[in-house]
Amino acid sequence: MSGSEKRNDVVLEARNIVKSYGGIHALKGVDFQVRAGTVTTLLGENGAGKSTLVKILSGVEQPTSGEIFLDGEPVSFASTIEAAEHDIAIIHQELSLAPNMSVRDNIFMGREIPGTFGVDYAEERRQARELLEEMQLDIDPDKLVSDLRVGQQQLVEIARALSIKSRILIMDEPTSALAASEIVVLFGIIRELLARGVAIVYISHHLEEALELTDHTVVLRDGNITAKGEREEIDLEWIVRSMVGENFELGHRPTRYEFGSSALNVDGVVILDEENPHRRLVDEVSLDVKAGEVVCIYGLMGAGRTELLEAIAGRHRLHSGDIMLDRKSIVHMSIAERIEAGVCLVPEDRQRDGLVQSFTVGENLTLASLNDIIRHGMISRVTEKARSMELMKAVTVKAPGPDLMVGALSGGNQQKVVIGKAVATMPRVLLLDEPTRGIDVGAKAEVFRLLNERAEQGLAVLFSTSEVAECLIIPHRVLVMRRGRLVAEFTGGVTEEQILSASGGSPSA
Amino acid sequence: MATTSPAAVVKERRGSSIGKRLLEGRAFLALILIIVVFSLLSPNYLTTSNLLIMGSHVAIFALMGMGQLLTILNSGIDLSVGSTLGFAAVMGGFMLQGVPLSAFGVTLYPSVPVVVVISLGVGALVGLINGVLVARFRVAAFVATLGTLYAVRGLALLMTGGITINNIAGDPQLGNTGIGWLGFNRAFGIPMGIVMMVIVALILSHVLGRTRFGRWLYASGGNERAAELSGVPVKRVKVWVYVISGICAAMAGLVLASTLTGADPNAGSTYELTAIAAVVIGGASLRGGEGNIRGTLLGAFVIGFLSDGLVIVGVSAYWQMVFIGGVIIVAVMLNSINYSGRQDS
Repeated sequence: MSGSEKRNDVVLEARNIVKSYGGIHALKGVDFQVRAGTVTTLLGENGAGKSTLVKILSGVEQPTSGEIFLDGEPVSFASTIEAAEHDIAIIHQELSLAPNMSVRDNIFMGREIPGTFGVDYAEERRQARELLEEMQLDIDPDKLVSDLRVGQQQLVEIARALSIKSRILIMDEPTSALAASEIVVLFGIIRELLARGVAIVYISHHLEEALELTDHTVVLRDGNITAKGEREEIDLEWIVRSMVGENFELGHRPTRYEFGSSALNVDGVVILDEENPHRRLVDEVSLDVKAGEVVCIYGLMGAGRTELLEAIAGRHRLHSGDIMLDRKSIVHMSIAERIEAGVCLVPEDRQRDGLVQSFTVGENLTLASLNDIIRHGMISRVTEKARSMELMKAVTVKAPGPDLMVGALSGGNQQKVVIGKAVATMPRVLLLDEPTRGIDVGAKAEVFRLLNERAEQGLAVLFSTSEVAECLIIPHRVLVMRRGRLVAEFTGGVTEEQILSASGGSPSA
Repeated sequence: MATTSPAAVVKERRGSSIGKRLLEGRAFLALILIIVVFSLLSPNYLTTSNLLIMGSHVAIFALMGMGQLLTILNSGIDLSVGSTLGFAAVMGGFMLQGVPLSAFGVTLYPSVPVVVVISLGVGALVGLINGVLVARFRVAAFVATLGTLYAVRGLALLMTGGITINNIAGDPQLGNTGIGWLGFNRAFGIPMGIVMMVIVALILSHVLGRTRFGRWLYASGGNERAAELSGVPVKRVKVWVYVISGICAAMAGLVLASTLTGADPNAGSTYELTAIAAVVIGGASLRGGEGNIRGTLLGAFVIGFLSDGLVIVGVSAYWQMVFIGGVIIVAVMLNSINYSGRQDS
């Protein structure tokens, strides 16, 4: 049906959409238009209602009230299949691929091509290959999804949505797992789709990306649209101000104090890939972090940052090398012993590794430091509650109380709970793996403020990130990892280009 | 982020969220219903003596169920408890009959407390094997305990050549009387089996709710990776839950043997399923991390009172199986409705 409408014609419109879950009002009367051949970026903090809105547009959820119009006709979608029949496709933030099946099977999941004796796998393979080539992806359609890197998996997810040839495509954080080169490919695909007349709704926390792509920008705050702007009118400052409501900074480098002695020392660490012992995930890395220092490791996916941090925390065995805390080796210690000694990790994937979803906020916060809430050999509920509230205040978790299930919190607050749990162990060294992934700008600033405060009190902080902006503003020193090796070290005054070229990524297009 | 229903958002205490209260409420209502129906159908149902007999049966299911609860909380399962029950009973019977040491030309007659300790130790040993298989060798719990189910049952049958050991009442001259004490005897008029059930329930309830170990267990069941990174000794916890499950099964075996004054190597066959049923009816999630002792006790009562009720009314044993199967299916369905609001990644 593309080509029949002109660019910028409204194809999908939502009027006065209200969505409530019991007493929680996620959307409070939202008007939203999607126009052919343009990108409408949807921005807002976590919990603002972005995901809720697109779930309603794509048929995953039904609005409590309000109407949706497709090409001027009122419609309602009882399911994603109905939405797909109306040529609306959505690429979710969380990958929904079946890891035990091939790329080809995932692309055609639910829409298998029938042949004479069942599924025509040859035709599917051909189409899948064509699609992947169009997307400039060097992925074998017969490969199992679980064998792909996360970035490749995300691109397969995008390929699947593209194969549906929808008129309206909704993309929720499509670049969260992509390397810079892959993002370039994605943007190229998006431009082609726009030329074909597809209407795109784009959600992202990466504000610079959003700025690059956007034609129309819509900002949501607390279930209401607070600002709209066209491409020419807006800039980064405008976005941040509309989202958060005031002028603010991401943070600053903590100064005004001296560093202490060496808190963490990593010496010649080598970690091998268990499935392929010839491959070194971490290759002779040595580093040192002093008490009070904030050190950042920048690197692309696959650089080895996560493996390094997890090894320091105690999850991986070293092939060779040593790790020392306050000049004492900790390599023989278990995770629990290392926490006791003063090293704690805030992991990258908070759902998989950071939070116990069946626990409350308080139970999560105290999990790594249970000894502190034991009185007379038993867990004292009074102490637990007091300690939880203390920690919630210390890491600014916004929630009515510690007895809330942790899953009810927004992403940013959940991340703070994980950080709070680590902070509660009174560490000497705090390790954080991508601490600001998937959280909104306001929460990011709070996380960094927190780290700075603690660093000033003598905590040694080592965090990894894939956002260059963070490297420039927050840490005292920036280390760059590439394919398992430490390739560069910068102190103060480093530029984005220097970091990017050391890491092997290309500057953003 | 998952869409959780408002009721599931606030949790008062471990195991007391409103959603779970509703499910447990259902089990409690079911129990009341069962009692009402059967007391109407039979005048003997609500008599003190029958209640105490039913209580003894419940005690066996409850003891096994409580051990099973721990393994299920840990996202595992223990299929071997029925066999452990039989094996422990047979061990006890074997020792009470007299252990011939032909090398020394004597026969050993251990006293009852010694027999109890050794039988429980045997249960613990089976549990240890299960625990090590699951924790250290990463064998799936279902598979590991399925293997022990067969192996242990085989050992029990080997020990007795397949026949029941009958004379375990003991001989006062040998100082090994009293096995009947475990099943028959009463403390303040309550059968010992029930007393033991209550004691174990109190202990495990305390452990689960108020100790570090309990917190570790719920954490490992809820999200093992996150628990591990938070310093929880997940392997140690895993081994211990199977050991405790084994001990509970052995305890149930001794109670059963003393009730029957006989150690049958086939005792406890299919009881593991009843144990799991009790746990599930009590509201625990088979995914792990959710459930409590109170619920498991409730589940044991429902099963015990239902099957004994059917016996009193004269329903054929085969219909009993159909009924109990129905109850299990309904309970699991209610469980999955209760837990469907939560999404795990």
